[in-house]
Amino acid sequence: MVESTFWEEILNITLLSLRVSGTAVLIGALIGVPIGTFLGFLQFRGKRTLIRLVDVMLKSVINTFMGLPPVVVGLVVYLLFTASGPLGWLGLLYTPTAMIITQLIMVVPIIIGVTMSAVGSVEKAVRERALSLGATETQAAWLVLREARIGVLTSIIVAFGAAISEVGGIMITGGNVRWWTRTLTTAIVVETELGNFSMALTLGAILLSMAFIINLALTIVQLKGARR
Amino acid sequence: MAKHNGDEMKKPSKILMGIILAVAIIGVFAYEQYLSSQKSIIVLATTTSTYDSGLLDYLMPKFEAKYNAEVHIISVGTGQAIEIAKRGNADLVLVHSRKLELEFVNSTYGIHRVGVMYNDFIIIGPESDPAGIYGLTNATEAFRKIAEAGAKGNATFISRADRSGTNMLELSIWQRLGMAPSNKTQRWYWEAGAGMGTVLRMANEKKAYTLTDRATWLSFKNQLTNLKVLVEGDLILLNPYAIILVNPEKYPKRNYKGALQLAKWMISEEGQNLIASFKKEGETLFKPIARVFNEAHKLGFPEQEKEIAWYDAQNP
Repeated sequence: MVESTFWEEILNITLLSLRVSGTAVLIGALIGVPIGTFLGFLQFRGKRTLIRLVDVMLKSVINTFMGLPPVVVGLVVYLLFTASGPLGWLGLLYTPTAMIITQLIMVVPIIIGVTMSAVGSVEKAVRERALSLGATETQAAWLVLREARIGVLTSIIVAFGAAISEVGGIMITGGNVRWWTRTLTTAIVVETELGNFSMALTLGAILLSMAFIINLALTIVQLKGARR
Repeated sequence: MAKHNGDEMKKPSKILMGIILAVAIIGVFAYEQYLSSQKSIIVLATTTSTYDSGLLDYLMPKFEAKYNAEVHIISVGTGQAIEIAKRGNADLVLVHSRKLELEFVNSTYGIHRVGVMYNDFIIIGPESDPAGIYGLTNATEAFRKIAEAGAKGNATFISRADRSGTNMLELSIWQRLGMAPSNKTQRWYWEAGAGMGTVLRMANEKKAYTLTDRATWLSFKNQLTNLKVLVEGDLILLNPYAIILVNPEKYPKRNYKGALQLAKWMISEEGQNLIASFKKEGETLFKPIARVFNEAHKLGFPEQEKEIAWYDAQNP
C-alpha cells in the first residue's frame, strides 16, 4: 500500500514536471522561433548603421535575458499574480498555469537567442549563393531557415533542459503543493528537508536520466547537422 | 645577455611569489582557524517558529557574550531538527513535538529532555470565515467544521506538511476526528511542505485556514491582511518547547560542553527571565516553565524537577 503510493506520487510529480516544462517550451517555441528567425535575418540585411545599432542592442538585451535568474522571474510573476497584484483577480497563483508562465518567461529568450544565432550563422554564404543561382529573396530566406533547422531544434532542447531542471521560480509561483504543483525539482528540495532520502534520490535519478536523454538528443541532432 | 639574466631573475622570483602567496593564503586560513578555535561553536538545531519569532536573535547575543561562544542556529521543522541532531550535525535541539522528542530520547541519541517554555497555537482563517468557526474554544470542533466546509468546496486548509511540530499537532487534531486528509483525494486540503511564514502567506493569498503558532503570526500579521485569529485558548493548542542534548557517547567530537552551557543558561533564572521579557506587539510570546514545575507537568514534562536538578548539578 505504502509502496504503491510512493510510486503513484513519483508518477504524479514526474508527469506534472513534464506537463509544466513541456507546455512552457511548446508555447515558448511558438513565440521564440519566429522572433529568433526574424532577428537572425535582420543581421545580414543590416547594411545601414541604424539597423546595425538596433541589432547590437537587441542581441545584448536577449543575451542578458537568456541568463535571467529563475528566482527573479518567479518573484516577478508572484508579484503579478498575488491577490493584491495587478493580475491577482485571475486567481492563478499556486497553480500549474502560474508555473508554466514562469518557465515561459525563462525559456523564450533562450529559444530566441539560440535560434537567432543559428539563423545568423548559416547566413551570407547560403543566401548569397542561392541568390547568385537565381533564387528569389523568399526562396533564399526559406533555404536559410532550412539550413538553420538544427539550430532551431537545439534551441528547443536547450530550453526544455533549462525548464525541467529549474527550481527557484516554480517554487515561488507554484507553491510546491503536494499532488498539485509539486515537480521533480521542488519535490527533491522538500523530500531532502524531510529526510526522505529514498524518495529524493529516486526523483533525482529520474531528473538525471531526463537530462541525459535531453543531452543525447542534442548530441544526435548536432552530429546529424555536422555530417551533412 | 641582459634579457637572459632577466629571465633567470624572473623564474625564481615567480616561484618566490608563488610561495609567498601560498603562505599568505595558508596564513589567513590558519588565522581564521585560530580565531574560531578561540570561540566555542555550538550548533543548535531548532524549529522555524523559535527562529522566525526573533526570540533566538534576542537571546543568543547575550549568551554568546557571556560565554565567548558562537551559536550556529539551524532553523528547520522539529522532525528535521531532530534528524539533524541524530546524524551528529548539531550539539543540542530546541524543539516542540512531544512524540518526536520522546522517540529521540528513546533512541538514546538524545539525553536529558527538559521543558523550557511554551507558546500557543491559533487557528487563523479568512475574515469571511466560510466554515463558521469564529469564537469556538474547541480546536477539534473547528477542524471538523473546516473539513465539512472544505468538502462542500467552500473552504481551503493549508497544511505545513513538513513534519514540523506545528504540522504534528495539526495531524493529531485530524486524528482525533478519525481523519487523515490528503491533497490527493481532498482538494480542500493543501500540503505545502513549507515553513510557517510561507504557509501564512499562502493562506493569505488563497483565503485559506491554517494552524500557526502565535509568535510567527504576530511577526507576519501586518502583511496578512485577509486573515484573522479565529480560534484560540484550547488546551491542546498549548505548545511546549524542550531542550534535548545530543548524547556525547554517540558523537564524542560534538561540542557537548557548549551544549550543556547553553541549556543550563536557557533554564537558569537569567535565561527564563529573558524569555519572559521577550515581547512582540506588546505581547509576551513565550512563557517560561523550566522552574514552574506544576505547569511543566501539565505540559508533558513529568520529570522536570529531576532534570532541572541534574542540569543544576552539572559544571561544564
